[in-house]
Order: sequence, then structure tokens, then C-alpha cells
Amino acid sequence: MASVTYEHVTKKFSADTTAVNDLSLSIRDTEFMVLVGPSGCGKSTALRMLAGLEDITAGQIKIDDQVVNEMPPRDRDVAMVFQSYALYPHMSVFDNMAFGLKMRGASRTEIGSRVKEAGRILRLDHLLARKPRQLSGGQRQRVALGRAIVRQPRAFLLDEPLSNLDAMLRVQTRIELQKMHQRLGTTFIYVTHDQVEAMTMGDRIAVMKDGLLQQVAPPREIYDQPVNMYVAGFIGSPRMNFLPVTISDHQAKASGFELNLPKAPGLARGILGIRPEHFLPNVSAADAAIDLKVEVLEVLGADQYLYGKVGSDDLTARVDPQLKVAVGDRVRLGVNMERLHLFDAETEKAAF
Amino acid sequence: MASLARRKIGKPGTGRVIGDKFVGRTIRIYLPLLALLVVTLFPFYWMAVTSFKSASELFDFSVSPLWVREPTLDWYRHLFTQTNFPHWAFNTAVVATVSTLISLFCSILAGYSLARLRYRGADSIGWGIFVTYLVPPTLLFLPLTFVIRELHLFNNLWALILTYPTFLIPFCTWMLMGFFKGIPRELEEAALVDGATRIQAMVRIAIPLALPGILAAALFAFTLSWNEFLYSLIFMNDSLVKTIPVGVTQELIHGDEFFWGELMAAALLGSVPVAVLYSFFVDYFVAGMTAGAVKG
Repeated sequence: MASVTYEHVTKKFSADTTAVNDLSLSIRDTEFMVLVGPSGCGKSTALRMLAGLEDITAGQIKIDDQVVNEMPPRDRDVAMVFQSYALYPHMSVFDNMAFGLKMRGASRTEIGSRVKEAGRILRLDHLLARKPRQLSGGQRQRVALGRAIVRQPRAFLLDEPLSNLDAMLRVQTRIELQKMHQRLGTTFIYVTHDQVEAMTMGDRIAVMKDGLLQQVAPPREIYDQPVNMYVAGFIGSPRMNFLPVTISDHQAKASGFELNLPKAPGLARGILGIRPEHFLPNVSAADAAIDLKVEVLEVLGADQYLYGKVGSDDLTARVDPQLKVAVGDRVRLGVNMERLHLFDAETEKAAF
Repeated sequence: MASLARRKIGKPGTGRVIGDKFVGRTIRIYLPLLALLVVTLFPFYWMAVTSFKSASELFDFSVSPLWVREPTLDWYRHLFTQTNFPHWAFNTAVVATVSTLISLFCSILAGYSLARLRYRGADSIGWGIFVTYLVPPTLLFLPLTFVIRELHLFNNLWALILTYPTFLIPFCTWMLMGFFKGIPRELEEAALVDGATRIQAMVRIAIPLALPGILAAALFAFTLSWNEFLYSLIFMNDSLVKTIPVGVTQELIHGDEFFWGELMAAALLGSVPVAVLYSFFVDYFVAGMTAGAVKG
């Protein structure tokens, strides 16, 4: 159990490739922190610096109050789960899990009992004598987790641990990971490119892009109050609609409609952000309304997505699956003004 | 379970190609292979047959030289009692074994560091080692002769044990570098985070996984030392310290007089250990030990 602090951490691989740029982030003890972003955004590098696998170009990383910049990985007392699992192919499942304890000089009886305990929790009891190549993908993944939990480390670092699992197993393991976090009461730092994993698992989410931290907040806040267009577009599926508007005072004018903003933003040009799920089926007189010309329909059972154009802008809307719509129809939808976002067209920062 | 099922069906790409007829395969594969086999094995056959012939049979040109009528072990007895062959064999074995071990030790460390560690000048060291391998021994033997003379090692097995690594280490280093590079980096990173030092990660993770490569390198190094001729010819003048290749060519051929029986017997005995080694370890080259390490 430990807190982790990044203080102005920068990582440059060469003079002109900066993987992580001035990252400051504090992760509380027992917190489940998710670093999320597209590939190449620096999230894995941030994690690897914490593990001690990459050196730090500038800044400090602290575990509790101790600066670990120069500390070799083995002394940091953190455990890491790799995307590829990185199981030792020449060792049995038992030896894979026991390796960390052996390296730390644990007694034979302690190793035995801890590995058996972890094996029981992860339902690997009957597989302890097998080699990794004799296991399925899900089993390998559990061995990788087991190798981390037997050590009882101060923090768990997980680098996209679910990306090699098939969709069903991924959902199942996601839930198991959350249970594990509750049971162990240890700090988890979880790297993923999948916003669903981030939203479902994180106590807080740190969104990164091009080595820069964009926003750190609990999932709901990230979803409700994204600080910029990037975070707004990255979190939520399907993606938030972005509609360029010209503004005069309270009036915002898009290519296909006009609406009255709840307050005057003091901008001339903005980008209106409306999530597909925030359209209203019934238009009251007070609401703003849009006319969507439907080009593609997707019925998913619980939801129905309409893809089409409003004026000259593309737009996606989630509507009631019972609503009868055909391609080519014009559908009138209300805009939920309370859920409306506006971004500065120049800086892409949120105005509200 | 998935891997079990796969084993029963066979790996993808290993099955028979549809429409591939036996006649076609014979013409394309088996006949060329047979021809190659005959060409390769014929000298060995002739060598073996000749070594079992009696003196009278050996020089009887009226019969086919390809068969032996009355096999005899005379030449072998002769080789062991009348020549220094037992010494040569012993010397060759000692020199080949020790120089292989020294070379492997150095090459494992060099290959690992060049493949894994990021340090200043790693690339140039790598190329330097490669270029060293390209310098032919026919150029190197002159300076080496001076070195050996300064060390007073003429007619001493150490002369060979110390000079063979000059070509074995570059060769093995480059070979092992490839094997170490083929081992996923994350395996060692996992070990480091798990509490291993760099040396422990190398000894417990990288080396066991590179074992097929290390065995292959050992085998090649051993074979190269076993067959080495030039340095042995120059540094070893005393009959008792010669190696097989030099002893055989120098002492079983006098001017234009060839002792064919002993020559063939010695050549056959000299090639047996290497052949035995190869047949033992051939499976190691094929086995891919990293299978199952990553992904699934």
C-alpha cells in the first residue's frame, strides 16, 4: 500500500521525441487510477518509469515519500502485469508465481503457502504444474495476475492486461480485477487505450494525449465536464458530436440550426458538443431542436443509432429503438440544453 | 486445451498441400535430395571402405575399389601403436573443449550485453566484433606468431586454446546476439520488477531460453576448433603436441608417399566425434522454446 506521485516528469527518447511531457499526477493510497489515451500517448512509458524500466529524463517519481528515480526496479516493491503476460516459458505455473518470492529470499514453506493461496483465488490450483504454453489465454492472464499478487507489493502496475483476451473474457476479467482491488486494498495503476475499461474500473481517470496529461477526474466528472474537445471526444461511445458554430451574444448558429446558449460565452466562433445520448425524443417549445437527415441506421436491440447530417455537419444520435425510422427520413430531435458543451474553436478548451 | 486440439490436427501449414501428388513430390523433392545425399556421403563411404582394406587389396587395381573383400583392422591397430595418433586425438579434444568453453563464456556475456543493454558505443563494438571475424586467419597468424613467441607458448596446448577464441568469440557472439534478441524483452523486465538483478535475470531467464542457441554455438565452435589447421600447423612442431588434422597430414604423408590405410582410418576416427555430437543435439536447433511465452 502506497501513494505514488509524479512531479513534472518528462521522458525523452531522443532530442525530438518526447514520450511524456511534464506529467504531474498524484495517486492516492489504495486508489484505482486509470491512465487512458491512444497508443503512443505516453501512458505506458509513464508506467514503465514508475516500475523502473525506463529512466526519467526530468522530474521526480515518488512512492510514498521516497524519490525512486535512481532506485533499481527490484527495490521498488511494485508488481507489474504486462500486456503480453511475459510468463517465463521454461517454468511451471508454480515457479512463475514463486519467482518473485524466491528472488526476495522467502522461505520454502512461505512460498508454498502464498502461491497455493493465490492459485486458489485465481482458480489455478489444478494447473500449478503446467507450463505456460499448455494454458489458454485467460489462464495465462490469471497466472500473470497471480505472479503479481503473491508478492503483496505496495502497488500494482497493469499495462493493458486485458487487450489480448476475447471480448467475453475481457468483461469477466474486468469485474474480477475490480473485486481483486477491493479485496487487496492496494494501489492499482492501470494503463489502457479502452475508454470503457477506464470508465468502468477507475476511481479516477487520467486522460493523456501526445505525452501531455489532459484531465484527471473521477469517471463521471470526466464524462460530464470534459475540459477540452479531446477528452470529450475520447470518452463516450459513440463519440460526442462536434458542430462548428458562430456566436453572437447568446445566439449560436450552426450550418443547420440555431439555438440560444444558456449563457453568453464571450466567443465569436465555437464548437458545440452534444453527446449522441443527449438528444430528446420530444421537442418542447423551450428546447432547441434539430432536423437530422438520416443516412445510416443501426439497431442494436437496446439502442438505435441514427447517423446523418444536420445542415452540412455530420451527426450521430441515440434514440429509442422503438422509434420507426427509415434511411432518408428527416427526424426532429430536441437538444438537452443542460447537457450541452461548448468549446473554444481556437484553443479547443471547454467554455462550459 | 486449445494447444492439445491443435497438436492432434497438426500445426497450420504443416499439412499436405492439396493437389500435391506423390510423383510430383518425388521429382521435386526426393530425387534431388537423393542425389545430394550420394554426393555428400560418397567420400565418407570411400574413406571407410579404404580403411578396412588390407595392404594387398589396397593396391590391387584389378578389382573395383568400392568394395572390400576381406575387412581388416590392421590400419587401426597400426595407427594406435605405431603413430602418435592417440596423443593427437587427446590434444584435439582438450583444445577444442577448453577453447569452446572459454569462447562460450565470453560470447554469452558479449552477445547478451550487445543485444540487451544500452550503453555508449554498443553499436560500434558490435560491428568491430563482426569485422574481426572477417579478417582471415592467413593474415592473423603472423602477428599471432609473435605473440605466442613472446609468451613462450610454442609446442604448448595453450597456444591453441588462446588463439582459437580469436575467431570463435566473434562467431559465437554474433550468433548468440541473434538468439538473445529473439527473447521477448518483457520476460526480463518482468524478472527485474519481480526482484531479480540484471545478472539474475540473465542467468535465470535469458540463458535458459537461449539454450538452443547456446548449444548450437557450442557445437559450431567445437567443430571449428576440431578441424582447425593453420594455427595448429604453425604453433605445434613437436609430434606429441599436434592435433589430428595436422598430425595426420604431416606424419602420415611423407613427401609423395601416402600411408593410405592409416590416413583413412585416422580421418574416419577424427570425424566421428563431431558426427556424434551433431546427431545428439540436432533436435535442439529445431525446438522453439519461447513458444507460449507471449500472447496466445
